Amino acid sequence: MTVLDAFAIAPPRTDAPRAIVLRAPGSNCDRETALALELAGATAERIHVEHLVEHPNLLEASRMLVLPGGFSFGDHLGAGTLWARRIAHLQDALERYVASGRPVLGICNGFQALMKLGLLEGGALGPNESGHFECRWVWLEKPATATTPLLADIDRIALPVANGEGRFVATAPDAVARLTGGGMVALQYVDANGPTAAYPANPNGSEGAVAAISNRAGNVLGIMPHPERNVLPGQAPQGREDGAGLTIFRNLVRMAGAS
Amino acid sequence: MAGQGTWAVAVTSNEGAPDPVTQRTEARLIVIDAPRTVELERAVHALCGDPVLDHWHTIAAPDAVWIVEVLPHPGVTDAEGDSFALALAQEGFPGVRVRTGKRHALPAATPEPVVRTLAAALCHPVVERATIDAPGAIPGAAWASAFMPAKDAPKHAERVPILGLGPDQLRALSASRLLALPVEDMLAVQSHFAELQRDPTDIELETIAQTWSEHCAHRTFRATIHHHEPGVPETAINGLLKTYIAAATNEIAAPWVLSAFEDNAGVIEFGRDWEISFKVETHNHPSAIEPFGGANTGVGGVVRDVMGVSAEPIANTDILCFGPPTLSAEDLPAGSIHPTEMVAGVVAGIGDYGNKMGIPTVNGAVLFDPGYTANPLVFCGTLGLAPRGRRPRTVVPGDLVVVIGGRAGRDGIHGATFSSEVLDADQVASLGSVVQIGDPIVEKRIADALPIARDLGLYHAITDCGAGGLSSAVGEMASETGADINLDLVPTKYPGLLPWEIWLSEAQERMVLAVPPASWKQFSEVMQTEGVEATAIGTFTGTGRLVVTSCGAPVADLDTTFLHKGAPIRTLHSTWQPPSAAANPPQLADHDATAALLSLLADPVIATKEGIVRRFDHEVQGRTVGKPFVGPLDIGPADAAVLRPVANERGGVALGNGINPRYGELDPYAMALLAIDEALRNVVAVGGDPDRTAILDNFCWGNPNLPDRLGTLVKACQGCHDAAVAFGTPFVSGKDSLFNEYRTPDGETRAIPGTLLISAMSIVPDLARAVSMPLKRAGSVLFLLGATSDDLGGSCYWRQRGVLGTRAPRVDLPTARETFRALHRAMAELEVLACHDLSDGGLAVAAAEMALAAGLGCLLDIDLVPGAAGLPTDAVLFGESPSRFLVEVAPEHAEAFELEMERVPCERIGVVTADSRFRVGRGATVFLDCSVDDLRAAFLTPISAGMGVSA
Repeated sequence: MTVLDAFAIAPPRTDAPRAIVLRAPGSNCDRETALALELAGATAERIHVEHLVEHPNLLEASRMLVLPGGFSFGDHLGAGTLWARRIAHLQDALERYVASGRPVLGICNGFQALMKLGLLEGGALGPNESGHFECRWVWLEKPATATTPLLADIDRIALPVANGEGRFVATAPDAVARLTGGGMVALQYVDANGPTAAYPANPNGSEGAVAAISNRAGNVLGIMPHPERNVLPGQAPQGREDGAGLTIFRNLVRMAGAS
Repeated sequence: MAGQGTWAVAVTSNEGAPDPVTQRTEARLIVIDAPRTVELERAVHALCGDPVLDHWHTIAAPDAVWIVEVLPHPGVTDAEGDSFALALAQEGFPGVRVRTGKRHALPAATPEPVVRTLAAALCHPVVERATIDAPGAIPGAAWASAFMPAKDAPKHAERVPILGLGPDQLRALSASRLLALPVEDMLAVQSHFAELQRDPTDIELETIAQTWSEHCAHRTFRATIHHHEPGVPETAINGLLKTYIAAATNEIAAPWVLSAFEDNAGVIEFGRDWEISFKVETHNHPSAIEPFGGANTGVGGVVRDVMGVSAEPIANTDILCFGPPTLSAEDLPAGSIHPTEMVAGVVAGIGDYGNKMGIPTVNGAVLFDPGYTANPLVFCGTLGLAPRGRRPRTVVPGDLVVVIGGRAGRDGIHGATFSSEVLDADQVASLGSVVQIGDPIVEKRIADALPIARDLGLYHAITDCGAGGLSSAVGEMASETGADINLDLVPTKYPGLLPWEIWLSEAQERMVLAVPPASWKQFSEVMQTEGVEATAIGTFTGTGRLVVTSCGAPVADLDTTFLHKGAPIRTLHSTWQPPSAAANPPQLADHDATAALLSLLADPVIATKEGIVRRFDHEVQGRTVGKPFVGPLDIGPADAAVLRPVANERGGVALGNGINPRYGELDPYAMALLAIDEALRNVVAVGGDPDRTAILDNFCWGNPNLPDRLGTLVKACQGCHDAAVAFGTPFVSGKDSLFNEYRTPDGETRAIPGTLLISAMSIVPDLARAVSMPLKRAGSVLFLLGATSDDLGGSCYWRQRGVLGTRAPRVDLPTARETFRALHRAMAELEVLACHDLSDGGLAVAAAEMALAAGLGCLLDIDLVPGAAGLPTDAVLFGESPSRFLVEVAPEHAEAFELEMERVPCERIGVVTADSRFRVGRGATVFLDCSVDDLRAAFLTPISAGMGVSA
């Protein structure tokens, strides 16, 4: 029995779509991410990146791929860098996977890796403006322009951030506008007056208050805050909806079933 | 550019602006130890950074500015460099060594003395060195020396002549070899080897010194102590641990305690299928000389303790004691690091390890006191979760001795003794390093791999490899069986280690296991899958001898009975004198109360610790139900953390702590009662069951060989026993850190305030009924639970006025236990809306915190406070009488609540108001009136001011 078993509330259905939670040395949100997927109706398997590189057919056999949070390879040489270089051995298979419409979700460190892999575009995730790691609950809003079905039924959501390198830095001055125009800005940090650049509502100092972006097709989503930390009763603090993050995982399972 | 095949790349942020004062710019420096081929350079550049964020170049020409390069000493762990080397190996460049550091540029016009001063400030000489290149100098002079030279060392042991030495010569030998053994111990060693008619080898002597050390064998806590106290007949105490601490656990005999004092961590039942383990360690001295590395490896060490009981780490807790952040430079003791720098380093070190391993840091405390300036205290605790009944702990002869994780190096060898002197850079470099630097990802790999091996039943026993290295870990595991060890098989970071250095290395991130030969293949496959190096270095034998060989020749052959039972019981003397009385300050006039309250809320001890705590991930693993900051604004300081260890269990665990060294200065016995009372208050306030609470002791004290220091330790241990028994809360684990003293320039030694930390873990029967401290709704009733006395002695309020007082608060143990039980029953049976324990700053601060956390007001009448009649106003407002809670109850439940509290002191003292005013009166007269916004501003101010860390 592992702690994952401790988390398993009900045995997953045999016909549930298979999800891969891809982990690396230093990934540390893989268990709760697998739990969130199972709560949403998937069968989740935590697979080590080296194992997937050796057995690429596992990728093809899955219906969705999630890159969880953590400090893969210690964030050495930049968050997500070394993990992405390992995953890059599967670049062609991964591109086919995305082209087939199957969903890919990157959370925090997973978002950083998706950026390094080029599966998401328009910027990079740099060190927080504050210069340090920060853990706090934030409010996020989906802009009206966002198109990804992975955020269906979400307008406004409270989730925790916990990162040292979460500041979205656009590749060019007009990149945020282009991303927004293309429907790819998926979530923004907000305060009472809407999207904000101000600390601590925007805890990283992200350009355009960007907290999550998707690809143009909407099946690849990178999100800096942690939806898997708000899927069970009691996880959300006072005044925030308990379990709200589960919606994202349900959307993932729905898309996996449709693709 | 540089010789010997080393070259380097500088990586600069695209956004980095020069420092506004010095015009300094900073780059990362990556030094490569391999010939610079076009292919290798391309591979290195591809790994250097992200073009959106950074740019980089191979350093190929002199710069026209001053260059200050900071690189780790050879041998000091450089996890980033190791990762870089691994990545290069995976790209087809195996064996390339990489070191990483910083490269600072300063304008050519900067005067040289300014450059030198800055260089010194940019480098921590214990672990790294700075090199200065003048404008136009050829770069790279120091690059090659960042790598460990590839030289070999003799493999044989040295005989240490000991037979026939007199006591003075033995004393000198112990000192010169840094054995830290007193002469009685040296005589015992001598007579043992006299019987064997031979001298010991260096490795034997070192093994004995480690095994018998204070750190490993708790000699003081096992010593016979002759205790002297005025008015009390002299008593002989036959071991503090046995007489007081373990005795309390035995008297309580709680059936839900699964392991107390036997394993690396204490273990209790959690539900039917699970067990929870808890251990708290200190890492004081390493943190004093290198705050980041010391705190970093402190966390790593205690996490391994929990893995040593086959558990998975699920939460961390950190209690930190520093000198005052406002200390002026001239008051800083020579050789000490300023408290603000200390806070920044320790906080970064803790965050780096806990965050990277993905263990939420959920509870803690930060204290500031001048007594900690030279000797800061860093307590690191870890909670573990494991399935019941899968904690293998019996070595079987024939099992392989397996070491997993990191490799041996010079890290931390004799760290404790070396650290008592100031080291210069050359000395450090020649030693490799006495300071350990951690690599949390190596430990994370171990944490991923061990549960797999546990669940497959692949090992018979496991322990952490910490202080004393293999000598201590293998020695302890082999204490019943004996073992044969081949040092040639121990993986090392670099060549050139002497046999005793391999044996004693305190290199981080290692565990030792007993693996049956039949399981070895599968065990090593599991480890390989998770990227954990695993090596069989010998066999547990059954001969009762610890035999170590190097290059085929024995270098140690020790009788394990002598090793583990041969240390003489020490005899120590202690005296205890109650402190002399000092005048109490005048009573506070009523009109000052508002200012006094605001000033207390802004006190570094009371004010929010957000600036520190938010650097730690408290949410990872998704188990944190009761968070460090609570309420709709996420600013209320929670009394205790509440965890949901297992998603489909109703119950949870609360984690709290009690610590207050000010009381110890008045009465260490009372301090122990108060610390246990506080730890229990914390966990009970959030819904923990006082009858299902286990506690841990951590004693940080001065030199126990001095009778006055030891006297206060004896009193504190007596208090621990009496309170634990009265509350029915068994000790399940503990640790002591002694000799926390520093020498003033005039030769006088000063001890830290004797500091007792009590950590509590408590079962929360139903998480749905957990309670938080912010006020919840206007109109509800506020009850004060517990009696108030004239208890300003040792209070925060008096300390702000420069007065300690003469008498510590006394705990009425039976009433306190009844109060905790009654409150817990009420929480289970009725709706308790909010609850906060009264501690630093007393009633006024507790009520203010409940209000500011919620944005609601309240009105209190302190004439109604139980026990307040005849007490001065300031004692009622700010006194720190123990065993008290402020409880918010809905009006419809108020009567039922009162009924539940029939047998304990309890009064309705106020109501919650919607108007955001905080008002306190006596009878009809309101004498304290301010807005909740003012309270909040006072409480939140220090986030960005004065704590060495900005928000």
